[in-house]
Amino acid sequence: MATTLPAPDTAPRPHLLRPDSTNCPGCAMSVGLQWLDEALGAATPTLVVPACCAAVTPGAFPASAYSVPTVATTFASAAAVATGIARVRELNGEADPTICWAGDGGTYDIGLATLSAAAERNEDVLYICYDNEIYGNTGGQRSSATPRGAKTSTTPRGKVEAKKDIMAIMAAHRLPYAATLSLAHRDDFLRKIRLALGMTGFRFLLMLSPCPAGWKSDPAESVELVRLAVACGLFPLYEVFDGERYRVNARPDGTPLDDYLRRQGRFRTVAPSMDELRAQVDREWARLDELARVFPATD
Amino acid sequence: MTTEQATILAVTGNEAVAEAMRQVNPDVVAAYPITPQTEIVQIYAQFVADGKVDTEFITAESEHSAMSAAIGSAAAGARTMTATSSQGFALMWELLFVAASYRLPIVMANVNRALSGPINIHCDHSDSMGGRDCGWIQLYGENHQEAYDNHVMAVRIAEHADVRLPVMTMIDGYVISGAIGPMESLTDAQVQEFVGPYRPIHPMLDSKHPVTVGPFDGLHGFYMEHKATQQQAMERASRVIDEIAAEYAELSGRRYGLIDAYRTEDAEVAIVVVGSTAGTTRMIVDKLRAKGVRAGCVRVRAFRPFPAAEYAEAIGHCKVVGVMDRSDSFGAQGGQVFLEVRSALYDCDPRPQVLPFIYGLGGRDIFPANIEQAFTVLRDAAKRKTKTTVERRYLNLREE
Repeated sequence: MATTLPAPDTAPRPHLLRPDSTNCPGCAMSVGLQWLDEALGAATPTLVVPACCAAVTPGAFPASAYSVPTVATTFASAAAVATGIARVRELNGEADPTICWAGDGGTYDIGLATLSAAAERNEDVLYICYDNEIYGNTGGQRSSATPRGAKTSTTPRGKVEAKKDIMAIMAAHRLPYAATLSLAHRDDFLRKIRLALGMTGFRFLLMLSPCPAGWKSDPAESVELVRLAVACGLFPLYEVFDGERYRVNARPDGTPLDDYLRRQGRFRTVAPSMDELRAQVDREWARLDELARVFPATD
Repeated sequence: MTTEQATILAVTGNEAVAEAMRQVNPDVVAAYPITPQTEIVQIYAQFVADGKVDTEFITAESEHSAMSAAIGSAAAGARTMTATSSQGFALMWELLFVAASYRLPIVMANVNRALSGPINIHCDHSDSMGGRDCGWIQLYGENHQEAYDNHVMAVRIAEHADVRLPVMTMIDGYVISGAIGPMESLTDAQVQEFVGPYRPIHPMLDSKHPVTVGPFDGLHGFYMEHKATQQQAMERASRVIDEIAAEYAELSGRRYGLIDAYRTEDAEVAIVVVGSTAGTTRMIVDKLRAKGVRAGCVRVRAFRPFPAAEYAEAIGHCKVVGVMDRSDSFGAQGGQVFLEVRSALYDCDPRPQVLPFIYGLGGRDIFPANIEQAFTVLRDAAKRKTKTTVERRYLNLREE
């Protein structure tokens, strides 16, 4: 017999991210949490946060800037902890969402097996990766989300390898929904979160999350950096339904890659070859366009 | 299968554990198969498939995730169980500490098996002994009956308001888990009444009262106070384990203590042992007693919390005590049980000499003759006017 819980309260809940979070100025993840709160409306999620900046965001015990039930867990375990919570929700017949809020290290690297398994079991979990392309919490080491050329504290001469295509990996699980989120495209961002919240099963959202401390960028420019990343084609905005049907939400507009790169100290001394990078971005877009043409998402 | 009257069954140790789980009918079971625990997971999956339980069954992709899912489920407010062995136990490692520090009353069956390397799938206690400091209550069973009984009692111990700690129950891999032995079960109704409904404290799904489970607690915070409260809960657990055992005895007629002392009252030499080897040890004690040797033995039942005073009471008067460890702590003065027992007897006056023995690693056979050899060492030491040497003595180790 499942646990009996009190009847839900209809009064509005406090903002998900209350004042006094410990996030750095210009942390895009803070904006992401604000918008997640807006998209949630009256729903009260349970947050599962693995080791990452967001585990420190709410401050130290006994205070917490998170207003919703939250479990801080170990690096590789988020999707499995969320599985446990989501199954109890099922037992109780509760509809509120179970949300993983995880960085790229816990998603692309150490937590990948856990993430993959939860997706394969199609657990009723919304997994949101705020991707700052480094291990931000430990001082900016490379992860497999770090793009080629980026200088990090463990790639002082720039990363040699390309960024892992986590969206393709997740799509290969044929999960109900996967999409990328841009903090420079607010309507699209809110629409996608609301769409995901309205679905059941495993849903994966990837949010590019500029980190001024790690990217050596101006804290005031975080949202602008996301806009440039989308505009130059480096961060495609798209959705994948059931891992099979694709929809592109915004196409590159001819903005030079360098407009994005030159604003970040991490690319300043060891910038990748523009020709190579342009060719790589073009190949990625050719692949994405072809997928969207052959396997289009229809409403 | 439902059990409406107490029944004596011939079961494997794994079947005994699975039957206890079925009768408890937990909200969530999250598990991953590993030899020799696999049978528990398979049997339980069949119970779920056949509608014999109401459990949400999570087939995790690893023990790391099985324990993670158990943590999520227990934090959400559900009665939660899992099971593992050996490498699976080791893979759970970081989460074992998390489960205990979050004070989640998860119940886990650990079927004891050696740790790699070299790869070995047979019984020793390296897995759970290596996890003795993770904050879980540890109960070691001797036989099929105790595999069942401990698992039913574990639910009450874990959930007790004075404890709120996870509990692992151990049985010896293969020797108990795979071999068939007798088990008298309670009825389903008796078990349900005994465990009662689960009332979680601060469940995460109570969204009207949001809590953060396991938040950051750094240099100037309360980390150390959290650890002190875990220890306080462990101290209270000794009394709770005994009270629940007394209550269980009224129901089942089987009374378990924190330790299981045998013919120790006037013993001059005694052996301390864990798990299935206790039966063979008692047989040797009887044999020696018949020859006039004042021999006794103690079986370890609760290893965490460790009831030190009970050891002092039971064998503090002995001249020499031998501790047989089925796992080793390399570089230490002996195995994990040895270290505890010698420490427990340190304040006895006069103080018995305590000698470390290592046996049964990776399933190495332990014969009655090996236990007699150990007693011979103890009796020789008891006759000496000076202390004997305290190096590890291996039982049934291949000669060069």
